[in-house]
Amino acid sequence: MKQEITVALVGNPNSGKTSLFNALTGLNHKVSNFPGTTVEKKIGYSKLNADTQAQVIDLPGTYSLYPKSADEVVTYDILRNKAETNFPDVVLFIADASNLKRNLLLLTQVADLGVPVILALNMVDLAERKGIFYDQAVLSEQLGIPVIAINARNKTGLSKIKSLLLDESRQVKKSYFDYTVAGDELLNEICDITDKKNPYAALQYAINISSFNNPKAKQINQSFAKHQFNIRSFQENEILSRYRLIDDAVRSSRKIKENTVVKNISQRADKILTHRIWGILLFLGLLFMVFQAIFSWSAYPMDWVEKGFALLTEWIETSLPAGVLNDLIVHGILAGLSGVMVFLPQIIILFTFIAILEDVGYMARVGFIMDRVMRPFGMNGKSIVPLISGMACAVPSIMASRSIENKKERLITMMVTPLMSCSARLPVYTLLIGMLVPETAKWGPFNVHGIVLMIMYLLGFGAALLSAGVFKLAVKSTGSNYFIMELPGYKLPVWNNLLITLYEKGSAFVVGAGKIIVAVSVILWALASFGPREKMRAIDEKYAVIAQTLATDLPIEELAAQKNAEKLQASYAGEFGKFIEPAIKPLGFDWKMGIALLTSLAAREVFVGTMSTIYSVGGGDQAEDLNAIKERMLNEKKSDGKPVYSMAAIISLMVFYAFAMQCMSTLSIVLAETKNWKWPVIQFIYMTALAYFSSLLAFNILS
Amino acid sequence: MKLSSLTFNQIGIVKAVHGDDLSLKLFEMGLLPGEEVALENVAPFGDPIAIRVGEYKMCIRLNDAEQIEVSLKESN
Repeated sequence: MKQEITVALVGNPNSGKTSLFNALTGLNHKVSNFPGTTVEKKIGYSKLNADTQAQVIDLPGTYSLYPKSADEVVTYDILRNKAETNFPDVVLFIADASNLKRNLLLLTQVADLGVPVILALNMVDLAERKGIFYDQAVLSEQLGIPVIAINARNKTGLSKIKSLLLDESRQVKKSYFDYTVAGDELLNEICDITDKKNPYAALQYAINISSFNNPKAKQINQSFAKHQFNIRSFQENEILSRYRLIDDAVRSSRKIKENTVVKNISQRADKILTHRIWGILLFLGLLFMVFQAIFSWSAYPMDWVEKGFALLTEWIETSLPAGVLNDLIVHGILAGLSGVMVFLPQIIILFTFIAILEDVGYMARVGFIMDRVMRPFGMNGKSIVPLISGMACAVPSIMASRSIENKKERLITMMVTPLMSCSARLPVYTLLIGMLVPETAKWGPFNVHGIVLMIMYLLGFGAALLSAGVFKLAVKSTGSNYFIMELPGYKLPVWNNLLITLYEKGSAFVVGAGKIIVAVSVILWALASFGPREKMRAIDEKYAVIAQTLATDLPIEELAAQKNAEKLQASYAGEFGKFIEPAIKPLGFDWKMGIALLTSLAAREVFVGTMSTIYSVGGGDQAEDLNAIKERMLNEKKSDGKPVYSMAAIISLMVFYAFAMQCMSTLSIVLAETKNWKWPVIQFIYMTALAYFSSLLAFNILS
Repeated sequence: MKLSSLTFNQIGIVKAVHGDDLSLKLFEMGLLPGEEVALENVAPFGDPIAIRVGEYKMCIRLNDAEQIEVSLKESN
């Protein structure tokens, strides 16, 4: 009979948890979200023997069971609640042997919750190089739990872990902390209120929820007050007494080889990488390289994706009978899908860099270097990672803000990240900059296109910082705002982990953002395809007559394109464009741009596609199309004979796209992360207002 | 003296940590009274600093480092 046990993988950040998870489960795992959060939940399966398999849950790294950040809360929530479906049969605790004391604090807390624990001692080689040797038997005896030395990176010790997981005799042998100092009466009361049997678990839970808006919090605080229980001194006492016990266990099981020559490569690297001149130069150089890579390496794969979708579209368009269904699949669903997929290469490249830099240990240094710069704007050093990733896509970047402990700093980071120019704005900028300056224009040795593009990115970054400064004044501060972060030793990346991470992030993006983009695309397709019946019929009839009488010398394709353009203008989307024209006229936009503003809500780059429909460009290959759109847009004249796309109008449009919140996926991810409607609404309003007034200003100054 | 005024090549021994939330977090991170600390790096803009705590390196802002009292370990 098949048997399954649930194993939770728990440990400090940087202890090698991900490596162990990957070593145990390989690709045999799935990623979902913990209920009610967007924190990734990774569950994998590992075969222990012929008839038992382990369901391994990777819990976010944490330093203690008094959680301080959003992902730490997840770990705590699973371990505290025996009724939880994912409550483990056994905890596999992974600890960094080269830094054992701090790692063991969490271990003793977890064990005191009443869950059986196995200790996997990782990075033993690193400790030995520092001259620190552990006697596993003594450590195991001291701690009262099984201990195995492993190396998660090269997968040694896995079979021993598996056989220990199979050992049915696992049980909790000792308590690591005398919680009875809190007083029996209080403990009984708290057990009653929280409905828990384990007094330590009950008290810990009570402390964690006492400062929240929880229905039980009032009762708990009354009980604390009645017994003059001071949370702060209890916690301090708890930590210090746990450390005393850990100190004894570590001291008696450890041998230190004196006179070990420690080659501290990390410290030497840090002397350069965080140097006040070299550190900054290297950081900027690296940023520049990442940037270059995103835009130059991705060109070919993006082209392949586009070509692939073009082929697929053509095939479906011709093999399915013409009609609404054909139209829906081709112009609604496929158009939306290709809009997502085309960014996959850029996102993969960006994530590759971020994952490597993270794995190597450099990302923590970026936070260290940039903290002072971010602080005046209400953010901290950790905010720089979401902001930089925001140049690829705001959706995964906002998820990356989870590691920021301070709620206010995290919120500000999420609110301003979408101002960073993401890759969806790139096609829009490319088209508009192309209308502004010829592609071959040079300014000294530099391409003017590139310079204007860089100005757009800097504009986004500047706006993000300034908006953050405003939010800093407006948002109430909660909790303390220290910035305490481990700077882990530099390591070589584990390529296997990297590939798995990329696979996970890539599929999360396609599925997550894809769902929304496809849904919005279908709605917008409907708006753009249907209109008041009378008008639509009139157009159909008009072109039927033209086709029958051949009263034109235009080729058929051209004719069809013109018909589509007229239909779009008559559609509900066209009506919307005309409806908002009075509002956008002061910015230099006409109703056709109004249509594009609406369709851009699916994804900003849809702007280009909409423009090509409006200016009835069809067939031919893409580069030719783009030039044709540009030409026709530039030839468009207002009733007074002046061009619609004057320099002022083009710049105004670019500024609008730089600042406006036009991304449904981002708004939905902000909602998921903040769990409060208020924030996506505020984000939508402030960004759109910023875009409107900046464009207004730009247009009026320039024209 | 305060941790924030420690210079390179000095080793401090933690005497006390002020600030409720801060001290709890630092204790959890292994920065305890009696523990040795040393300055390892200063960020390019002069703040934060990186200190060695026990067997690892930790980053802390200067204003938080001011909350940590240390005594100098006699060097020999």
